[in-house]
Amino acid sequence: MINDALKNLARFLLLILAQGLIIKNIDLGTYINPFPYVLFMLLLPFNTPSWLVLMLGFMTGLSVDMFYNTVGVNAAACTFLAFSRHFILQLLAPREGYESTMEPGVYSMGWPWFVSYAGILILLHHIFLFYLEVLRFKEFFHTLATVVLSSLATLLLVVIIQFLFMKPKTKSS
Amino acid sequence: MKNLLTFIYRNYFFFLFLLLEFFALYLVSRNNFYHRAGFVNSANGLVSSLNSTYTNATDYLSLKSQNDLLAKEVAALRSKLITSYIDYNVKTQKINDTAFKQQYEFIEAKVVDNSTNRRNNYLTLNRGKKQGIESDMAVVSSTGIVGVVEQVSDNFCTVMSVLHKETHVNAKIKKDGNFGSLTWDGTDYQAATITGLPTHTKLAKGDTVVTSAYSITYPENILIGVVESFGIKSGETSFTVKVKLCTEFKKLEYVYIVRNFFKNERKKLEEGNKYDK
Repeated sequence: MINDALKNLARFLLLILAQGLIIKNIDLGTYINPFPYVLFMLLLPFNTPSWLVLMLGFMTGLSVDMFYNTVGVNAAACTFLAFSRHFILQLLAPREGYESTMEPGVYSMGWPWFVSYAGILILLHHIFLFYLEVLRFKEFFHTLATVVLSSLATLLLVVIIQFLFMKPKTKSS
Repeated sequence: MKNLLTFIYRNYFFFLFLLLEFFALYLVSRNNFYHRAGFVNSANGLVSSLNSTYTNATDYLSLKSQNDLLAKEVAALRSKLITSYIDYNVKTQKINDTAFKQQYEFIEAKVVDNSTNRRNNYLTLNRGKKQGIESDMAVVSSTGIVGVVEQVSDNFCTVMSVLHKETHVNAKIKKDGNFGSLTWDGTDYQAATITGLPTHTKLAKGDTVVTSAYSITYPENILIGVVESFGIKSGETSFTVKVKLCTEFKKLEYVYIVRNFFKNERKKLEEGNKYDK
């Protein structure tokens, strides 16, 4: 349990720093702004209490806001993600239910499940984020393009990060 | 009352969500409308020190081009020195002038954080209250306008870049003095748009665009860019001009913050205009 908390704390710090110091400085034009820090929210274990998920969402978003000078925008989007996560998990639940101490990652849940789970949540998060940031109806389609392209980039990064830094669990354990 | 509490307790997940969401939106709106963000911005201690460490490390990568830029500027300034002019005006006397009073002061600052790829871009500079920086001061680079100081902490300040949806700069065609309003449409970090330019303006591709004296923030005649294309949109009675910005926002490392000694006087006077709201 404590081990789990430490692991998540380390993940939180690494992802926020990576987002604020590295990803933010990679310039891929106005249409592609990936936010892979949401991986922290995606990977919280299934048995995390729902109020804690909400609070963590808010804090994670606010920490990223500090780097991006967008006070509250990421916090709002990330809280929304934490809220939706609850329902998406219910929606995608396998028949036999979740193993409660597991994390919802690529290796534990398999490809199709993770891509739909992460895809939906990332899209929701990005829609909320970019429309809140722009807040102008005139630029609707430009923002839509940003949302779609950035979501794809984030999804790709989220999968790559798991491939690079997480070990698949061997079947015997 | 008890029922209400039970209801809230049973649906605490939803209410906690609402509470946090509204707090976040409150922060967004407060930041948008009052420019007072308190602790959650990159001018605060932890993030700004992280950012300056990061820039300290990455600065070395662009030393060469920065040196070139500085050398060019030194050359340009040196050519304006009194020693580089021939004094052929020997017959008139030099007057030690007391009629001119300094209006602008330029404070050199280093960019420790910068972005160009978002809809609303910001810079962070390593100058703050202790160096006399206040919000709403203009920021310019050696090649053109950069933005306006927004938030100030003890040693850092954040700058709303020209690449921002709230940008409105009073821009003037240098050749004939007609002016319009410059905005950024969020797609290209090298281009901005001027609207409201009267149709009798004689425009040509390559015309220089500078800041006009109407701007209370920027000094007059600071370079903005050059005209790239222009036309009249159907249904409008003025030119819409696409301008290529002269400031290279991706390469910014050193900029100047401009203090206008007469700003408060002018602002106070203009606020007195009763019907000008």
